[in-house]
Amino acid sequence: MAILNNIEALNQGLTQAMERDDTILVFGEDSGFEGGVFRATKGLQEKFGKKRCFDTPLTEAGIIGSGIGMAINGLKPVAEIQFQGFIFPALNQIMVHAARMRNRSRGKYTVPMVIRMPYGGGIRALEHHSESIEAILAHIPGLKVVIPSNPYDMKGLIVAAINDPDPVIFLEPKRTYRAFKQDIPDEIYEVPIGKARVVTEGEDITVVAWGALIPEAIKAVEDLKTRGINAELIDLRTISPIDTETIIESVKKTGRFLVVHEAVKSFGPGAELISIVNEKAFLNLEAPPTRLTGFDITVPLAKGEHHFIITPKQISDKVEELVKF
Amino acid sequence: MLTDVYNPLKGEMFQVMDKTGKIVNKKYMPAIPDEMLIKMYRTMLLSRIQDEKSLKYQRQGRMLTFAPSLGQEGVQVATVAATEKRDWVSSAFRENATWLWMGQPMENIFLYWCGNEEGSRIPEGVNLLPVAVPIGTQFNHAVGVGMSLQYKDEDSVVLAYIGDGGTSEGEFYEGINYAGAFNTPNIFIIQNNQFAISTSRTFQTKAATLAQKGIAAGIPCIQVDGNDIFATYAATKEAVERARKGEGPTLIEAVTYRIGPHTTADDPTIYRDAAYHEEMLTTDPIIRTKAYLIEKGIWDEKKEEEARKEFDTIVEETFKKVENVGQMPLEEIFKYTYEELTPQLREQYEDYKRYMKGGNE
Repeated sequence: MAILNNIEALNQGLTQAMERDDTILVFGEDSGFEGGVFRATKGLQEKFGKKRCFDTPLTEAGIIGSGIGMAINGLKPVAEIQFQGFIFPALNQIMVHAARMRNRSRGKYTVPMVIRMPYGGGIRALEHHSESIEAILAHIPGLKVVIPSNPYDMKGLIVAAINDPDPVIFLEPKRTYRAFKQDIPDEIYEVPIGKARVVTEGEDITVVAWGALIPEAIKAVEDLKTRGINAELIDLRTISPIDTETIIESVKKTGRFLVVHEAVKSFGPGAELISIVNEKAFLNLEAPPTRLTGFDITVPLAKGEHHFIITPKQISDKVEELVKF
Repeated sequence: MLTDVYNPLKGEMFQVMDKTGKIVNKKYMPAIPDEMLIKMYRTMLLSRIQDEKSLKYQRQGRMLTFAPSLGQEGVQVATVAATEKRDWVSSAFRENATWLWMGQPMENIFLYWCGNEEGSRIPEGVNLLPVAVPIGTQFNHAVGVGMSLQYKDEDSVVLAYIGDGGTSEGEFYEGINYAGAFNTPNIFIIQNNQFAISTSRTFQTKAATLAQKGIAAGIPCIQVDGNDIFATYAATKEAVERARKGEGPTLIEAVTYRIGPHTTADDPTIYRDAAYHEEMLTTDPIIRTKAYLIEKGIWDEKKEEEARKEFDTIVEETFKKVENVGQMPLEEIFKYTYEELTPQLREQYEDYKRYMKGGNE
């Protein structure tokens, strides 16, 4: 066991996966020599050489498009997009090719590629460095979208993503890269894609969140105990495909549902989750399934961003409102 | 190197055979064995006949929208003929003769244009990527395949095709730049057929040639007469050999002409001047290749007639077979989205199947 933060756990997962499988190549803008602007791939070039971990020219479409070509010929590319806000030139490749190659070629060509990128706000960054666009990516058939919230999952999910036979979008909550540490196993392991995790058990309400909002939601759950409310917190971990079973089982027990996400509200992941709850647990509901989310605006720059960031108090206040409904 | 001799910035286009089939540039005439020459011509002819018949099938409502390769058979065959079986091709969607040469069965090609994904199930041993409809995206795939070959230390190369309009796309530039940066074994072929649907080549860019776009990427580039199979073959062969030796990518602009419509949904008479069209028809690669072969004494009208009859039958029989393929089984439309159905997909599939069984088929 070793006590690691999120970025160290990610780095360990990548390293151990690369040690085991020499078809894994890691690349992106500044990902090689420097180890990425957040140092997620630090030391990989030194350890595995420039053929396996390298810098690329500045071309998101080139990074993803070439990754598709590599995957078609049997390699396992792990591509880094420096920030989620810069993914847009590559969305064409991701949506029209990576996600569809298996279907188009009837399984002859597949794209077992991992596309990693930091996402989310809260670091007082420039424009385009604070978005949460998981819904856009999760909307595309053929893609899987995962978001780890802690070092254990960060390592286990990156290993699972690399081993997955389909393209996986791996979104890393940059706000919590170095925010806390956790004791995690030294050996390589997988956290299964498509499985949510019950963080705290409770019987009054089901709260679903992910990424950087998990630590905030844990604080909210603690606060709610002082208000006499026991919330069941679920870390979704995989945005697509959603672990419907875990959510519905919980809602059937609690009768109340709140989803909390940083992404903007309309057409967001919360809408999907609430639809699932309505379809499968309608008769168990004692309050309207509700979402607490980012506003439908461009994420404000530092001087206004605090209004956009969801706080533990906002979560517990919303929970209390629903429990008292 | 041919790319040093013919400078696209000086408007120098590489040609070996003129439009009458006469060799005008003996120095650079590639040594192609007669047997292979005949195979090249026959593939061009087969593709031509397939397209001509397909146009009729489409008009009869027996085929869906498709993009004919009419007039571009020369560049397509001459480029791919310069590669080996172990090499790769990342094409766009108008490369019928290339596909035939590689061994993509005509049956697959017809299946694809008849709305059946089975057509893109490329046979084992044929290193062809499926049709890429979004313009320009196939270049980066070609670079990625090239990088994988470098990584595996294989000496195969990758041929990629794009149209004249495609060279205005960002991914065209990103692809050739990336290839240059990694010195990948890529040969990029621009099939400049003068029109991107209705938009003429001259409107597409202020650049005098499309070949010169390689200069900024730092890769060798050349403009060739794409309807001259000898010039096209020689330029491609040289690029293939360089790529195989680890000397990096090349950009080739092959000047050709799209005799037919962009697709069957297009009417070129709206935007193409009739006199211009008549003039361009005289550059047809089939006319000049045939004239050359006859002059050389290895082809004649009798062989031509026999070949045409043979190909008529092949095309007709293949199409009939494809026409009789039924609808896609329901399971098949779900099956290939992921390696395994997600719980959501399984539920959608089961729900719909139940609905169909309830008398709603």
